[in-house]
Amino acid sequence: MTEPVLSLRNISKRFGAVQALSGVDLDVPAGEVLALVGDNGAGKSTLVKTISGVGPPSGGHIRFDGREVHIGRPQDAVALGIATVYQDLSLCDNLDVVNNLFLGREPRPAWGRALHVLDEIEMERRSVELLSTLSVRIPSVRIPVASLSGGQRQSVAIARSLLGDPKVVILDEPTAALGVAQTAQVLDLIVRLKERGLAVLVISHNLADVFAVCDRVVVLRLGRNSGSFDVAAASQEEVVAAITGADTVLSGAGRAGRRAGLPATAGEIGEAGLPGGSGGAADAGDRGHQPEREPDPSRAAGPPDAPGSEGPGSEGPSPKETSL
Amino acid sequence: MNSLTKNAAAGGGAGPEVDPRLLVAEPGLRGLVQTAGARLRAGELGSLPVIVGLIVIWTVFQTQNSNFLTANNLTNLSLQMAATGTIAVGVFMILLLGEIDLSVGWVSGLAASVMAVLEVKHGWNPILAIVAAIVVGAVIGAFQGSVFAVFGVPSFVVTLAGFIAWQGVQLKVLGTDGSINLPTNAITKLTSTFFTAATGWAVVIVIVIVYVLAQLVELRSRVAAGLRPRPPAEIGVRTATIAIALVVAVWVLNRDRGLPLALVIFGGLVFILDLITRRTAYGRHVYALGGNVEATRRAGINVRFMRITVFMIGSSLAAVGGVLAASRGTAVTQSSGGSDTLLNAIAAAVIGGTSLFGGRGRAWSALLGILVIQSISNGMDLLGLDQSIKFIITGAVLLASVLLDAVARRGRQAAGRG
Repeated sequence: MTEPVLSLRNISKRFGAVQALSGVDLDVPAGEVLALVGDNGAGKSTLVKTISGVGPPSGGHIRFDGREVHIGRPQDAVALGIATVYQDLSLCDNLDVVNNLFLGREPRPAWGRALHVLDEIEMERRSVELLSTLSVRIPSVRIPVASLSGGQRQSVAIARSLLGDPKVVILDEPTAALGVAQTAQVLDLIVRLKERGLAVLVISHNLADVFAVCDRVVVLRLGRNSGSFDVAAASQEEVVAAITGADTVLSGAGRAGRRAGLPATAGEIGEAGLPGGSGGAADAGDRGHQPEREPDPSRAAGPPDAPGSEGPGSEGPSPKETSL
Repeated sequence: MNSLTKNAAAGGGAGPEVDPRLLVAEPGLRGLVQTAGARLRAGELGSLPVIVGLIVIWTVFQTQNSNFLTANNLTNLSLQMAATGTIAVGVFMILLLGEIDLSVGWVSGLAASVMAVLEVKHGWNPILAIVAAIVVGAVIGAFQGSVFAVFGVPSFVVTLAGFIAWQGVQLKVLGTDGSINLPTNAITKLTSTFFTAATGWAVVIVIVIVYVLAQLVELRSRVAAGLRPRPPAEIGVRTATIAIALVVAVWVLNRDRGLPLALVIFGGLVFILDLITRRTAYGRHVYALGGNVEATRRAGINVRFMRITVFMIGSSLAAVGGVLAASRGTAVTQSSGGSDTLLNAIAAAVIGGTSLFGGRGRAWSALLGILVIQSISNGMDLLGLDQSIKFIITGAVLLASVLLDAVARRGRQAAGRG
């Protein structure tokens, strides 16, 4: 594997008494789609915010393109070439596709630069070009975004992030609330981003989607790395086990695997309800009913998720013991 | 996964312009009519309510009083339109943001009062006094816009406070006399100057030629860029509509005193605002803010700056409207800018098709809307209706226009046009 474009080491983030992230490592290589999965409160969004500049980390190092960088504001991330497409689409319903794509970075013809005159024709030409290279199919670039389907809107939002010529694209829940065909459309687009040599980081709850397009899955659990899997070699059950922290997936695991991200047992539900990151040594004691379970903190002693450590079970309890 | 790869393969060479779901209108006039019908059903009412409204209003008043559709009365109508119409253009800008400015009426009165006091009591040059009035408007707009944009006080509340406070300031500025008569000079000439018939026709010819040239240039560059051009039939219909409207208007005006300067000022301001809102990045950002504030902020646009400047434009145009009203009345009184000025300005913008919900409308809507509002007001004056009836009817018209906006919005949402 080549040197990753974006590489995070030992990232931590505190919100008052809550340690939302502790010692998280993450590598996003170019030309790959990396999935970041985890239960609610696992720290996925917090981690993404440290990259996108919305919420800088309390500690740790970020390297971008081999250089140590500090991302203190969203503009810093954009300047580096990190584009983030948020879950709540940042589109204006009343504007057409062209104007949404170019909102805030409208090209201006030389003769009208001082007056901020819009170059509508150039904007439209480039929009058509961009959308066709991405094979985004929309009825017309001159219709209001409000009349597009959810998948088309998401595609426009993703296409828009590419106008800044980024190296890393972060997609926050790109397929949430989309239908089957629309999801396929967006997943298609993700593949195309990868083909363009971009590093893509996808946050998702949907393991089916993750397995459809991603090359590698990084699991966060309670603010720590909880596994890194090569999609080609891993099973969904293994990833679910890493998400929920169960070393033995109980009889309902097959179903739980399909309903990605749902806690497998009552004990897990109790824990998932805790604030992210609080699952420390304190949790270990009251887990008597799950004797096989190894408490999280012991993980820290294990090998960290080295970049390129591929294959399942790089740490702690081996998901191979899964009983199905 | 299978369907994915299939999609990818199918989508390989397909550009966005060949989507089979897009209903492409037939070429020619028939297609134009079909497209227009589909738009109406989808809640894109455009200028239709205005045109229907005008026909109904003019028919009713003409049957009641045969003086209504005379050249003399229509010229008066155009002079009456200019002041409130200019205020309505400012209101249009604020409505585009999805905000409201309730203070424009008294801001226009206060600006006119400042102008009158400076000119009559302090002997200022009339032109400087007009500039001072516009500056007063801009400063008020900057203040109200800042309170709204920086502290997040709803614009409704800020400008309601202004509605009361600026009225007080106006009383203070006018002093004990309560009214100031303007001498005949540059200020009063604004609304008492008329162009000769030849000049009027020249204006029409220039506008039509410039419009056709602009359309042709756009057509050529679109073809050059490989984009679908606007159908020639549509260009023809649009040009013909504009040309006929201008010819009829100038013909009527020439039969009386000629094309009024005030109408040229008003039309020019509408034209400039139209260019700003549709052709500049600034204008596009105003529409964007009316559509989705958060998305606009995330696109790196300075929301605070935009909001403050739009409120400044709104109040400055209100000040210009106040100057025109003072010019036409040749006096400024304690009630200048009061009464139904505010209601008429807002009603004009909304009737013309500017949405109260933001991000939708054209500058020309203020011109068409004020034509409706002023026709009603003028007609009721001709019929000698009581003030009570006039207030009731004006209120009802405003309500009807807002209702139309709300219903059209539901139609748009049902048709997926936001």
